[in-house]
Amino acid sequence: MAIEVSGLVKTYGETRALNGVDLSVAEGEVFALLGPNGAGKSTAVEILEGHRTATAGSVRVLGMEPETGGRDYRERIGIVLQETAIEKELSVREVIDIYGALYPRRRPAGELIEIVGLEEKADARIKTLSGGQRRRLELALGIVGDPELLFLDEPTTGFDPSARRQAWTVIENLSSLGKTILLTTHYMDEAQELSDRVAVIRSGEIVAEGTPDTIGGRHEAATVISFTLPVGTAPPGLGESLKEDAVYVMTAPEATRTLHRLTSWAVAEDVELGSLRVEKPSLEDIYLELAGEATDD
Amino acid sequence: MTDRRSDRSLVWQQIRYQNKIFWRSPISAFFTIVFPLMFLIVFVTLFGSEELGETGVTTAQFYAPALAVFGAVSATYTNLGIGTAISRDEGILKRVRGTPLPPWIYMTGRVGSAIWIALIAVVLMMGVGVVVYGVNIYAVALPAALLTFVVGVACFAALGLLLAALAPSGEASPAIANATLLPLAFISDIFVVPSENSPGWLAALGDVFPLKHFAVAFSDAFNPDRIAAAGDSWLDHFHWGDLGVMTLWLVGGAILAVRFFTWEPRGGERKRSARKRARVAAKS
Repeated sequence: MAIEVSGLVKTYGETRALNGVDLSVAEGEVFALLGPNGAGKSTAVEILEGHRTATAGSVRVLGMEPETGGRDYRERIGIVLQETAIEKELSVREVIDIYGALYPRRRPAGELIEIVGLEEKADARIKTLSGGQRRRLELALGIVGDPELLFLDEPTTGFDPSARRQAWTVIENLSSLGKTILLTTHYMDEAQELSDRVAVIRSGEIVAEGTPDTIGGRHEAATVISFTLPVGTAPPGLGESLKEDAVYVMTAPEATRTLHRLTSWAVAEDVELGSLRVEKPSLEDIYLELAGEATDD
Repeated sequence: MTDRRSDRSLVWQQIRYQNKIFWRSPISAFFTIVFPLMFLIVFVTLFGSEELGETGVTTAQFYAPALAVFGAVSATYTNLGIGTAISRDEGILKRVRGTPLPPWIYMTGRVGSAIWIALIAVVLMMGVGVVVYGVNIYAVALPAALLTFVVGVACFAALGLLLAALAPSGEASPAIANATLLPLAFISDIFVVPSENSPGWLAALGDVFPLKHFAVAFSDAFNPDRIAAAGDSWLDHFHWGDLGVMTLWLVGGAILAVRFFTWEPRGGERKRSARKRARVAAKS
Protein backbone atom coordinates (compact mmCIF):
# COMPACT_ATOMS: atom_id res chain seq x y z
CA MET A 1 0.00 0.00 0.00
CA ALA A 2 1.24 3.48 -0.86
CA ILE A 3 -1.00 5.17 1.71
CA GLU A 4 -2.47 3.62 4.84
CA VAL A 5 -4.50 5.75 7.21
CA SER A 6 -6.58 4.55 10.11
CA GLY A 7 -8.57 6.40 12.74
CA LEU A 8 -7.18 9.76 11.66
CA VAL A 9 -8.41 12.60 13.85
CA LYS A 10 -7.52 16.26 13.63
CA THR A 11 -8.97 18.86 15.94
CA TYR A 12 -8.53 22.61 15.93
CA GLY A 13 -9.62 23.74 19.36
CA GLU A 14 -13.26 22.72 19.57
CA THR A 15 -13.66 21.83 15.91
CA ARG A 16 -13.06 18.31 14.69
CA ALA A 17 -11.77 18.73 11.15
CA LEU A 18 -11.23 14.99 10.76
CA ASN A 19 -13.21 12.52 12.76
CA GLY A 20 -11.75 9.05 12.34
CA VAL A 21 -10.76 8.71 8.70
CA ASP A 22 -9.67 5.33 7.32
CA LEU A 23 -8.11 5.27 3.90
CA SER A 24 -5.88 3.03 1.87
CA VAL A 25 -4.44 3.67 -1.55
CA ALA A 26 -2.58 0.99 -3.49
CA GLU A 27 0.64 1.61 -5.36
CA GLY A 28 0.01 2.90 -8.85
CA GLU A 29 -3.55 3.85 -8.07
CA VAL A 30 -5.15 7.20 -8.84
CA PHE A 31 -7.33 8.02 -5.87
CA ALA A 32 -9.66 11.00 -5.72
CA LEU A 33 -10.83 12.55 -2.49
CA LEU A 34 -14.06 14.44 -3.02
CA GLY A 35 -16.00 16.65 -0.68
CA PRO A 36 -17.38 20.14 -0.17
CA ASN A 37 -15.22 22.99 1.09
CA GLY A 38 -14.51 22.60 4.76
CA ALA A 39 -15.23 18.86 4.76
CA GLY A 40 -11.65 18.02 5.68
CA LYS A 41 -10.12 17.19 2.28
CA SER A 42 -7.26 19.63 2.48
CA THR A 43 -6.60 18.87 6.13
CA ALA A 44 -6.33 15.16 5.33
CA VAL A 45 -4.03 15.78 2.38
CA GLU A 46 -1.83 18.19 4.32
CA ILE A 47 -1.37 15.63 7.07
CA LEU A 48 -0.32 13.07 4.47
CA GLU A 49 2.11 15.59 3.00
CA GLY A 50 3.65 16.26 6.40
CA HIS A 51 2.49 19.88 6.52
CA ARG A 52 0.27 19.24 9.54
CA THR A 53 0.36 16.89 12.45
CA ALA A 54 -2.44 14.51 13.28
CA THR A 55 -4.21 14.72 16.63
CA ALA A 56 -4.77 10.96 16.71
CA GLY A 57 -4.66 7.92 14.46
CA SER A 58 -1.99 6.28 12.38
CA VAL A 59 -0.66 7.48 9.05
CA ARG A 60 1.83 5.62 6.91
CA VAL A 61 2.80 6.82 3.47
CA LEU A 62 5.34 4.91 1.39
CA GLY A 63 6.14 3.01 4.58
CA MET A 64 7.09 6.20 6.41
CA GLU A 65 5.47 8.61 8.81
CA PRO A 66 5.02 11.93 7.01
CA GLU A 67 5.39 13.88 10.23
CA THR A 68 8.84 12.53 11.01
CA GLY A 69 9.95 11.41 7.54
CA GLY A 70 11.67 14.72 6.83
CA ARG A 71 14.00 14.99 3.90
CA ASP A 72 13.98 11.27 3.05
CA TYR A 73 10.22 11.31 2.82
CA ARG A 74 9.98 14.51 0.80
CA GLU A 75 12.45 13.20 -1.74
CA ARG A 76 9.90 10.54 -2.66
CA ILE A 77 6.77 12.67 -2.94
CA GLY A 78 5.61 15.54 -5.12
CA ILE A 79 3.12 18.16 -4.03
CA VAL A 80 0.92 20.44 -6.08
CA LEU A 81 -0.83 22.70 -3.61
CA GLN A 82 -3.66 25.16 -3.97
CA GLU A 83 -2.82 28.80 -3.66
CA THR A 84 0.92 28.66 -3.70
CA ALA A 85 3.01 31.06 -5.68
CA ILE A 86 6.17 30.65 -7.68
CA GLU A 87 8.94 33.23 -7.56
CA LYS A 88 7.63 35.62 -10.21
CA GLU A 89 11.01 37.15 -11.03
CA LEU A 90 12.37 33.87 -12.38
CA SER A 91 11.83 32.10 -15.69
CA VAL A 92 10.10 28.76 -16.17
CA ARG A 93 13.37 26.97 -16.86
CA GLU A 94 15.15 28.60 -13.90
CA VAL A 95 12.41 27.61 -11.49
CA ILE A 96 12.45 24.01 -12.68
CA ASP A 97 16.25 23.89 -12.37
CA ILE A 98 16.22 25.41 -8.89
CA TYR A 99 13.55 23.10 -7.52
CA GLY A 100 14.95 20.11 -9.39
CA ALA A 101 18.30 20.55 -7.67
CA LEU A 102 16.63 19.77 -4.34
CA TYR A 103 15.90 16.17 -5.33
CA PRO A 104 18.33 13.30 -5.71
CA ARG A 105 16.39 11.88 -8.68
CA ARG A 106 15.64 14.83 -10.90
CA ARG A 107 14.07 15.09 -14.31
CA PRO A 108 15.64 17.38 -16.90
CA ALA A 109 13.95 20.77 -17.28
CA GLY A 110 13.51 20.39 -21.05
CA GLU A 111 11.60 17.15 -20.66
CA LEU A 112 9.26 18.61 -18.02
CA ILE A 113 8.59 21.74 -20.04
CA GLU A 114 7.54 19.51 -22.91
CA ILE A 115 5.36 17.30 -20.71
CA VAL A 116 3.35 20.26 -19.46
CA GLY A 117 3.34 22.02 -22.82
CA LEU A 118 5.21 25.20 -21.88
CA GLU A 119 7.85 25.12 -24.64
CA GLU A 120 6.98 28.59 -25.89
CA LYS A 121 7.22 30.00 -22.38
CA ALA A 122 10.39 28.20 -21.31
CA ASP A 123 12.41 31.40 -20.92
CA ALA A 124 9.57 33.71 -19.98
CA ARG A 125 9.32 35.17 -16.49
CA ILE A 126 6.68 33.60 -14.26
CA LYS A 127 4.87 36.93 -13.93
CA THR A 128 4.02 36.85 -17.64
CA LEU A 129 2.30 33.44 -17.47
CA SER A 130 -1.47 33.03 -17.51
CA GLY A 131 -3.19 31.31 -14.60
CA GLY A 132 -3.44 28.04 -16.50
CA GLN A 133 0.20 28.13 -17.57
CA ARG A 134 1.26 28.79 -14.00
CA ARG A 135 -0.77 25.84 -12.78
CA ARG A 136 0.85 23.62 -15.41
CA LEU A 137 4.24 24.81 -14.23
CA GLU A 138 3.20 23.83 -10.71
CA LEU A 139 2.41 20.40 -12.06
CA ALA A 140 5.92 20.27 -13.53
CA LEU A 141 7.37 21.27 -10.15
CA GLY A 142 5.31 18.55 -8.51
CA ILE A 143 7.02 15.89 -10.62
CA VAL A 144 10.48 17.43 -10.99
CA GLY A 145 11.87 15.01 -8.39
CA ASP A 146 10.37 11.99 -10.17
CA PRO A 147 8.16 11.18 -7.15
CA GLU A 148 6.66 7.79 -6.34
CA LEU A 149 3.59 9.52 -4.97
CA LEU A 150 2.06 12.75 -6.21
CA PHE A 151 -0.42 14.90 -4.28
CA LEU A 152 -2.64 17.02 -6.47
CA ASP A 153 -4.83 19.47 -4.59
CA GLU A 154 -7.43 20.73 -7.07
CA PRO A 155 -4.98 20.67 -9.96
CA THR A 156 -7.25 22.22 -12.60
CA THR A 157 -9.26 24.78 -10.65
CA GLY A 158 -9.52 27.89 -12.80
CA PHE A 159 -8.46 26.17 -16.04
CA ASP A 160 -10.23 26.73 -19.31
CA PRO A 161 -11.56 23.52 -20.90
CA SER A 162 -8.63 22.95 -23.24
CA ALA A 163 -6.06 23.55 -20.48
CA ARG A 164 -7.93 21.04 -18.34
CA ARG A 165 -7.77 18.44 -21.09
CA GLN A 166 -4.03 19.04 -21.37
CA ALA A 167 -3.54 18.70 -17.64
CA TRP A 168 -5.56 15.50 -17.63
CA THR A 169 -3.34 14.06 -20.32
CA VAL A 170 -0.29 14.87 -18.20
CA ILE A 171 -1.84 13.20 -15.17
CA GLU A 172 -2.84 10.14 -17.19
CA ASN A 173 0.70 9.87 -18.52
CA LEU A 174 2.09 9.97 -15.00
CA SER A 175 -0.34 7.33 -13.90
CA SER A 176 0.67 5.09 -16.79
CA LEU A 177 4.26 5.34 -15.53
CA GLY A 178 3.07 3.64 -12.35
CA LYS A 179 2.98 6.70 -10.08
CA THR A 180 0.50 6.75 -7.24
CA ILE A 181 -1.64 9.87 -7.32
CA LEU A 182 -3.83 11.32 -4.61
CA LEU A 183 -6.15 13.91 -6.07
CA THR A 184 -8.66 16.28 -4.58
CA THR A 185 -11.11 18.00 -6.87
CA HIS A 186 -14.42 19.80 -7.10
CA TYR A 187 -15.02 18.55 -10.62
CA MET A 188 -16.81 15.25 -10.87
CA ASP A 189 -15.94 14.80 -14.53
CA GLU A 190 -12.31 15.08 -13.50
CA ALA A 191 -12.70 12.39 -10.87
CA GLN A 192 -14.58 10.22 -13.35
CA GLU A 193 -11.94 10.67 -16.03
CA LEU A 194 -8.80 10.24 -13.96
CA SER A 195 -9.37 8.13 -10.91
CA ASP A 196 -9.40 4.41 -10.25
CA ARG A 197 -11.14 4.92 -6.94
CA VAL A 198 -12.90 7.80 -5.22
CA ALA A 199 -13.93 8.56 -1.66
CA VAL A 200 -16.38 11.19 -0.51
CA ILE A 201 -15.54 13.00 2.69
CA ARG A 202 -18.13 14.94 4.62
CA SER A 203 -17.82 16.66 7.99
CA GLY A 204 -14.50 14.96 8.59
CA GLU A 205 -15.68 11.45 7.80
CA ILE A 206 -15.54 9.23 4.74
CA VAL A 207 -19.15 8.59 3.79
CA ALA A 208 -18.60 6.48 0.67
CA GLU A 209 -15.79 4.85 -1.22
CA GLY A 210 -15.59 2.91 -4.46
CA THR A 211 -14.81 3.15 -8.16
CA PRO A 212 -16.27 6.15 -9.96
CA ASP A 213 -18.80 3.82 -11.61
CA THR A 214 -19.97 1.99 -8.52
CA ILE A 215 -19.66 4.47 -5.66
CA GLY A 216 -22.82 5.01 -3.67
CA GLY A 217 -24.53 2.15 -5.55
CA ARG A 218 -24.33 4.13 -8.76
CA HIS A 219 -24.29 1.01 -10.98
CA GLU A 220 -27.41 -0.31 -9.25
CA ALA A 221 -29.29 2.97 -9.27
CA ALA A 222 -32.36 3.29 -11.44
CA THR A 223 -31.89 4.56 -14.96
CA VAL A 224 -33.32 7.93 -15.81
CA ILE A 225 -35.25 8.25 -19.06
CA SER A 226 -36.17 11.71 -20.23
CA PHE A 227 -37.95 13.00 -23.33
CA THR A 228 -40.35 15.63 -24.57
CA LEU A 229 -43.74 15.16 -26.17
CA PRO A 230 -45.81 17.25 -28.55
CA VAL A 231 -48.35 19.56 -26.91
CA GLY A 232 -51.44 17.86 -25.65
CA THR A 233 -50.30 14.24 -25.75
CA ALA A 234 -49.54 12.01 -22.81
CA PRO A 235 -48.18 8.46 -22.85
CA PRO A 236 -50.28 5.75 -21.21
CA GLY A 237 -49.79 5.47 -17.50
CA LEU A 238 -47.93 8.77 -17.24
CA GLY A 239 -50.69 11.05 -16.14
CA GLU A 240 -52.23 14.15 -17.65
CA SER A 241 -51.29 15.83 -20.90
CA LEU A 242 -48.20 17.98 -21.12
CA LYS A 243 -47.55 21.60 -21.60
CA GLU A 244 -45.47 22.70 -24.52
CA ASP A 245 -41.80 21.60 -24.44
CA ALA A 246 -42.14 20.05 -21.01
CA VAL A 247 -39.59 17.36 -20.27
CA TYR A 248 -40.73 14.05 -18.98
CA VAL A 249 -38.41 12.34 -16.55
CA MET A 250 -39.02 8.77 -15.46
CA THR A 251 -36.87 6.66 -13.21
CA ALA A 252 -36.85 3.10 -14.38
CA PRO A 253 -35.46 0.22 -12.34
CA GLU A 254 -35.92 -2.02 -15.40
CA ALA A 255 -34.71 0.30 -18.08
CA THR A 256 -34.88 -2.05 -21.07
CA ARG A 257 -38.46 -3.08 -20.46
CA THR A 258 -39.65 0.45 -19.71
CA LEU A 259 -37.92 1.88 -22.73
CA HIS A 260 -39.38 -0.80 -24.94
CA ARG A 261 -42.91 -0.06 -23.71
CA LEU A 262 -42.40 3.62 -24.23
CA THR A 263 -41.00 3.39 -27.74
CA SER A 264 -43.61 0.78 -28.81
CA TRP A 265 -46.33 3.14 -27.71
CA ALA A 266 -44.71 6.07 -29.49
CA VAL A 267 -44.35 4.13 -32.77
CA ALA A 268 -47.92 2.81 -32.58
CA GLU A 269 -49.32 6.29 -31.90
CA ASP A 270 -46.94 7.94 -34.38
CA VAL A 271 -45.62 10.31 -31.71
CA GLU A 272 -42.07 11.66 -31.84
CA LEU A 273 -40.15 11.44 -28.53
CA GLY A 274 -38.08 14.59 -28.59
CA SER A 275 -34.62 14.79 -26.92
CA LEU A 276 -34.77 11.19 -25.81
CA ARG A 277 -32.07 10.38 -23.25
CA VAL A 278 -31.34 7.25 -21.28
CA GLU A 279 -28.84 7.76 -18.49
CA LYS A 280 -27.44 6.35 -15.30
CA PRO A 281 -27.19 9.00 -12.58
CA SER A 282 -23.90 10.83 -13.06
CA LEU A 283 -21.09 10.77 -10.53
CA GLU A 284 -22.13 14.32 -9.78
CA ASP A 285 -25.70 13.24 -8.89
CA ILE A 286 -24.36 10.57 -6.57
CA TYR A 287 -21.84 12.98 -5.10
CA LEU A 288 -24.43 15.65 -4.35
CA GLU A 289 -26.56 13.06 -2.65
CA LEU A 290 -23.62 11.81 -0.56
CA ALA A 291 -22.06 15.13 0.26
CA GLY A 292 -25.30 16.85 1.16
CA GLU A 293 -26.21 20.32 0.16
CA ALA A 294 -23.44 22.13 2.00
CA THR A 295 -21.23 21.91 5.02
CA ASP A 296 -23.01 21.41 8.27
CA ASP A 297 -22.26 24.71 9.91
CA MET B 1 21.56 12.34 -11.82
CA THR B 2 20.59 10.20 -8.88
CA ASP B 3 22.60 11.68 -6.04
CA ARG B 4 21.68 14.09 -3.31
CA ARG B 5 23.53 17.37 -3.66
CA SER B 6 25.75 18.43 -0.81
CA ASP B 7 24.46 20.95 1.71
CA ARG B 8 27.20 23.35 0.73
CA SER B 9 26.27 23.29 -2.93
CA LEU B 10 22.61 23.79 -2.04
CA VAL B 11 23.44 26.77 0.19
CA TRP B 12 25.33 28.40 -2.67
CA GLN B 13 22.54 27.66 -5.09
CA GLN B 14 19.97 29.21 -2.74
CA ILE B 15 22.07 32.34 -2.19
CA ARG B 16 22.58 32.74 -5.94
CA TYR B 17 18.92 32.38 -6.67
CA GLN B 18 17.87 34.83 -3.96
CA ASN B 19 20.40 37.29 -5.41
CA LYS B 20 18.89 36.81 -8.85
CA ILE B 21 15.43 37.61 -7.47
CA PHE B 22 16.81 40.73 -5.75
CA TRP B 23 18.43 42.16 -8.85
CA ARG B 24 15.29 41.50 -10.86
CA SER B 25 13.15 43.46 -8.37
CA PRO B 26 13.86 47.05 -9.38
CA ILE B 27 12.18 48.58 -6.34
CA SER B 28 14.19 46.79 -3.69
CA ALA B 29 17.41 47.22 -5.67
CA PHE B 30 16.68 50.94 -5.96
CA PHE B 31 15.95 51.51 -2.28
CA THR B 32 18.91 49.51 -1.06
CA ILE B 33 21.61 50.51 -3.52
CA VAL B 34 20.64 53.76 -5.25
CA PHE B 35 18.67 55.53 -2.52
CA PRO B 36 21.53 55.84 0.03
CA LEU B 37 23.83 57.07 -2.76
CA MET B 38 21.30 59.75 -3.62
CA PHE B 39 21.30 60.83 0.01
CA LEU B 40 25.07 61.16 -0.07
CA ILE B 41 24.94 63.34 -3.16
CA VAL B 42 22.17 65.49 -1.70
CA PHE B 43 23.92 65.97 1.65
CA VAL B 44 27.26 66.88 0.09
CA THR B 45 25.49 69.31 -2.23
CA LEU B 46 23.56 70.86 0.68
CA PHE B 47 26.32 71.07 3.26
CA GLY B 48 29.36 71.55 0.98
CA SER B 49 32.71 69.86 1.36
CA GLU B 50 33.89 71.74 4.45
CA GLU B 51 33.92 70.44 7.99
CA LEU B 52 30.46 69.35 9.02
CA GLY B 53 29.09 70.79 12.27
CA GLU B 54 31.01 69.60 15.31
CA THR B 55 32.01 66.28 13.74
CA GLY B 56 35.56 67.25 12.90
CA VAL B 57 35.27 65.72 9.43
CA THR B 58 33.97 66.72 5.99
CA THR B 59 30.40 66.12 4.98
CA ALA B 60 31.29 63.13 2.81
CA GLN B 61 33.62 61.66 5.42
CA PHE B 62 30.74 61.73 7.92
CA TYR B 63 27.89 60.66 5.66
CA ALA B 64 29.51 57.95 3.51
CA PRO B 65 29.98 55.46 6.39
CA ALA B 66 26.67 56.47 8.02
CA LEU B 67 24.74 55.93 4.79
CA ALA B 68 26.69 52.73 4.11
CA VAL B 69 25.26 51.45 7.38
CA PHE B 70 21.82 52.62 6.28
CA GLY B 71 22.20 50.63 3.02
CA ALA B 72 23.37 47.55 4.90
CA VAL B 73 20.37 47.78 7.22
CA SER B 74 18.01 48.27 4.26
CA ALA B 75 19.36 45.07 2.72
CA THR B 76 19.09 43.00 5.86
CA TYR B 77 16.28 44.41 7.99
CA THR B 78 13.97 45.98 5.39
CA ASN B 79 14.48 43.75 2.35
CA LEU B 80 14.90 40.48 4.16
CA GLY B 81 11.95 41.17 6.44
CA ILE B 82 9.55 42.34 3.74
CA GLY B 83 10.68 39.74 1.22
CA THR B 84 10.27 36.88 3.67
CA ALA B 85 6.85 38.05 4.87
CA ILE B 86 5.61 38.39 1.30
CA SER B 87 7.02 35.02 0.26
CA ARG B 88 5.29 33.47 3.23
CA ASP B 89 1.91 34.97 2.33
CA GLU B 90 2.28 34.02 -1.32
CA GLY B 91 2.81 30.42 -0.23
CA ILE B 92 6.39 30.18 -1.45
CA LEU B 93 7.64 29.19 1.99
CA LYS B 94 4.98 26.52 2.21
CA ARG B 95 5.99 25.19 -1.19
CA VAL B 96 9.62 25.03 -0.08
CA ARG B 97 8.55 23.18 3.06
CA GLY B 98 7.06 20.48 0.85
CA THR B 99 10.38 19.85 -0.87
CA PRO B 100 13.37 17.97 0.55
CA LEU B 101 15.29 21.24 1.03
CA PRO B 102 16.19 21.48 4.73
CA PRO B 103 14.59 24.66 6.14
CA TRP B 104 17.92 25.91 7.52
CA ILE B 105 19.42 25.88 4.02
CA TYR B 106 16.55 27.93 2.64
CA MET B 107 16.86 30.50 5.44
CA THR B 108 20.64 30.56 5.06
CA GLY B 109 20.11 31.32 1.39
CA ARG B 110 17.87 34.27 2.17
CA VAL B 111 20.11 35.63 4.92
CA GLY B 112 23.31 34.99 2.96
CA SER B 113 21.92 36.83 -0.04
CA ALA B 114 20.83 39.78 2.13
CA ILE B 115 24.30 40.03 3.65
CA TRP B 116 25.94 39.81 0.25
CA ILE B 117 23.76 42.68 -0.98
CA ALA B 118 24.56 44.65 2.20
CA LEU B 119 28.24 44.19 1.42
CA ILE B 120 27.74 45.46 -2.12
CA ALA B 121 25.81 48.49 -0.81
CA VAL B 122 28.61 49.31 1.67
CA VAL B 123 31.47 48.82 -0.80
CA LEU B 124 29.68 50.88 -3.42
CA MET B 125 28.95 53.70 -0.98
CA MET B 126 32.50 53.84 0.34
CA GLY B 127 33.84 53.48 -3.22
CA VAL B 128 31.85 56.46 -4.45
CA GLY B 129 32.91 58.36 -1.33
CA VAL B 130 36.59 57.70 -1.97
CA VAL B 131 36.57 58.24 -5.72
CA VAL B 132 34.14 61.15 -6.02
CA TYR B 133 34.31 62.94 -2.67
CA GLY B 134 37.84 62.18 -1.46
CA VAL B 135 36.77 60.17 1.57
CA ASN B 136 39.78 58.75 3.45
CA ILE B 137 40.16 55.13 4.43
CA TYR B 138 42.36 54.24 7.42
CA ALA B 139 43.88 50.77 7.23
CA VAL B 140 44.43 50.58 10.99
CA ALA B 141 40.69 50.76 11.66
CA LEU B 142 39.52 48.51 8.81
CA PRO B 143 39.47 45.29 10.88
CA ALA B 144 37.20 47.07 13.36
CA ALA B 145 34.97 48.32 10.51
CA LEU B 146 34.76 44.80 9.12
CA LEU B 147 33.80 43.20 12.42
CA THR B 148 31.25 45.95 13.01
CA PHE B 149 29.77 45.20 9.59
CA VAL B 150 29.57 41.46 10.32
CA VAL B 151 27.93 41.86 13.72
CA GLY B 152 25.69 44.66 12.44
CA VAL B 153 24.28 42.79 9.45
CA ALA B 154 23.85 39.62 11.51
CA CYS B 155 21.91 41.65 14.08
CA PHE B 156 19.68 43.31 11.49
CA ALA B 157 19.14 40.06 9.58
CA ALA B 158 17.82 38.53 12.81
CA LEU B 159 15.60 41.58 13.33
CA GLY B 160 14.46 41.37 9.69
CA LEU B 161 13.35 37.78 10.25
CA LEU B 162 11.66 38.87 13.46
CA LEU B 163 9.84 41.54 11.46
CA ALA B 164 8.68 38.83 9.03
CA ALA B 165 7.65 36.61 11.93
CA LEU B 166 5.60 39.33 13.61
CA ALA B 167 4.11 41.07 10.56
CA PRO B 168 0.42 40.14 10.43
CA SER B 169 0.61 40.08 6.63
CA GLY B 170 3.06 40.56 3.81
CA GLU B 171 1.20 43.68 2.76
CA ALA B 172 1.67 45.26 6.17
CA SER B 173 5.37 44.49 6.34
CA PRO B 174 6.74 47.46 4.30
CA ALA B 175 4.84 49.90 6.49
CA ILE B 176 6.13 48.25 9.64
CA ALA B 177 9.70 48.19 8.32
CA ASN B 178 9.70 51.86 7.37
CA ALA B 179 7.83 53.02 10.45
CA THR B 180 10.44 51.40 12.65
CA LEU B 181 13.61 52.10 10.67
CA LEU B 182 13.19 55.67 9.41
CA PRO B 183 12.42 57.45 12.71
CA LEU B 184 15.21 55.46 14.31
CA ALA B 185 17.65 56.56 11.63
CA PHE B 186 17.05 60.19 12.60
CA ILE B 187 18.12 59.60 16.20
CA SER B 188 20.94 57.23 15.33
CA ASP B 189 23.52 59.62 13.84
CA ILE B 190 22.71 58.58 10.28
CA PHE B 191 20.70 61.39 8.69
CA VAL B 192 21.28 64.02 11.33
CA VAL B 193 24.65 65.08 12.65
CA PRO B 194 24.97 64.62 16.42
CA SER B 195 24.83 67.99 18.13
CA GLU B 196 25.38 69.36 21.64
CA ASN B 197 22.01 71.10 21.43
CA SER B 198 19.84 68.03 20.99
CA PRO B 199 18.07 66.86 24.16
CA GLY B 200 19.78 64.18 26.21
CA TRP B 201 16.75 61.89 26.33
CA LEU B 202 16.79 61.64 22.55
CA ALA B 203 20.40 60.47 22.58
CA ALA B 204 19.57 58.05 25.38
CA LEU B 205 16.64 56.69 23.35
CA GLY B 206 18.92 56.18 20.37
CA ASP B 207 21.37 54.30 22.59
CA VAL B 208 18.76 51.67 23.42
CA PHE B 209 18.44 50.48 19.83
CA PRO B 210 21.14 48.78 17.78
CA LEU B 211 21.14 51.14 14.80
CA LYS B 212 23.08 53.95 16.48
CA HIS B 213 25.67 51.50 17.77
CA PHE B 214 26.12 50.14 14.26
CA ALA B 215 26.40 53.65 12.78
CA VAL B 216 28.77 55.03 15.43
CA ALA B 217 31.06 52.00 15.57
CA PHE B 218 31.31 51.91 11.77
CA SER B 219 31.65 55.68 11.27
CA ASP B 220 34.35 56.04 13.92
CA ALA B 221 36.53 53.70 11.85
CA PHE B 222 36.55 56.45 9.21
CA ASN B 223 36.98 59.44 11.54
CA PRO B 224 40.64 60.60 11.76
CA ASP B 225 40.18 62.38 15.11
CA ARG B 226 38.60 59.36 16.78
CA ILE B 227 41.22 57.05 15.30
CA ALA B 228 44.03 59.26 16.57
CA ALA B 229 42.40 59.42 20.00
CA ALA B 230 41.87 55.64 20.22
CA GLY B 231 45.47 54.52 19.74
CA ASP B 232 48.04 53.19 17.30
CA SER B 233 47.30 49.48 17.27
CA TRP B 234 44.54 48.04 15.06
CA LEU B 235 43.22 46.40 18.23
CA ASP B 236 42.45 49.81 19.76
CA HIS B 237 39.63 50.57 17.35
CA PHE B 238 37.02 47.95 18.19
CA HIS B 239 33.96 49.43 19.91
CA TRP B 240 33.26 46.52 22.21
CA GLY B 241 30.37 48.26 23.95
CA ASP B 242 28.57 48.92 20.64
CA LEU B 243 29.30 45.40 19.43
CA GLY B 244 27.95 44.07 22.72
CA VAL B 245 24.63 45.92 22.39
CA MET B 246 24.23 44.68 18.80
CA THR B 247 24.99 41.14 19.91
CA LEU B 248 22.27 41.35 22.55
CA TRP B 249 19.77 42.47 19.92
CA LEU B 250 21.04 39.73 17.61
CA VAL B 251 20.48 36.99 20.18
CA GLY B 252 17.14 38.37 21.37
CA GLY B 253 15.91 38.94 17.81
CA ALA B 254 16.96 35.47 16.69
CA ILE B 255 15.27 33.74 19.64
CA LEU B 256 12.00 35.61 19.12
CA ALA B 257 12.14 35.13 15.33
CA VAL B 258 12.50 31.37 15.75
CA ARG B 259 9.73 31.37 18.31
CA PHE B 260 7.17 33.23 16.16
CA PHE B 261 8.19 32.28 12.63
CA THR B 262 5.69 30.35 10.51
CA TRP B 263 5.96 28.84 7.04
CA GLU B 264 2.22 28.88 6.48
CA PRO B 265 0.59 31.87 4.78
CA ARG B 266 -1.19 34.17 7.21
CA GLY B 267 -4.88 34.61 6.56
CA GLY B 268 -4.74 31.43 4.46
CA GLU B 269 -7.66 29.41 3.20
CA ARG B 270 -8.62 28.03 6.57
CA LYS B 271 -9.01 31.46 8.13
CA ARG B 272 -10.69 32.91 5.07
CA SER B 273 -13.27 30.17 4.79
CA ALA B 274 -13.85 30.33 8.54
CA ARG B 275 -14.51 34.05 8.23
CA LYS B 276 -16.79 33.44 5.30
CA ARG B 277 -18.76 30.85 7.22
CA ALA B 278 -19.03 33.22 10.15
CA ARG B 279 -20.41 35.95 7.86
CA VAL B 280 -22.92 33.58 6.32
CA ALA B 281 -23.98 32.40 9.78
CA ALA B 282 -24.33 36.00 10.96
CA LYS B 283 -26.62 36.83 8.06
CA SER B 284 -28.95 33.87 8.44
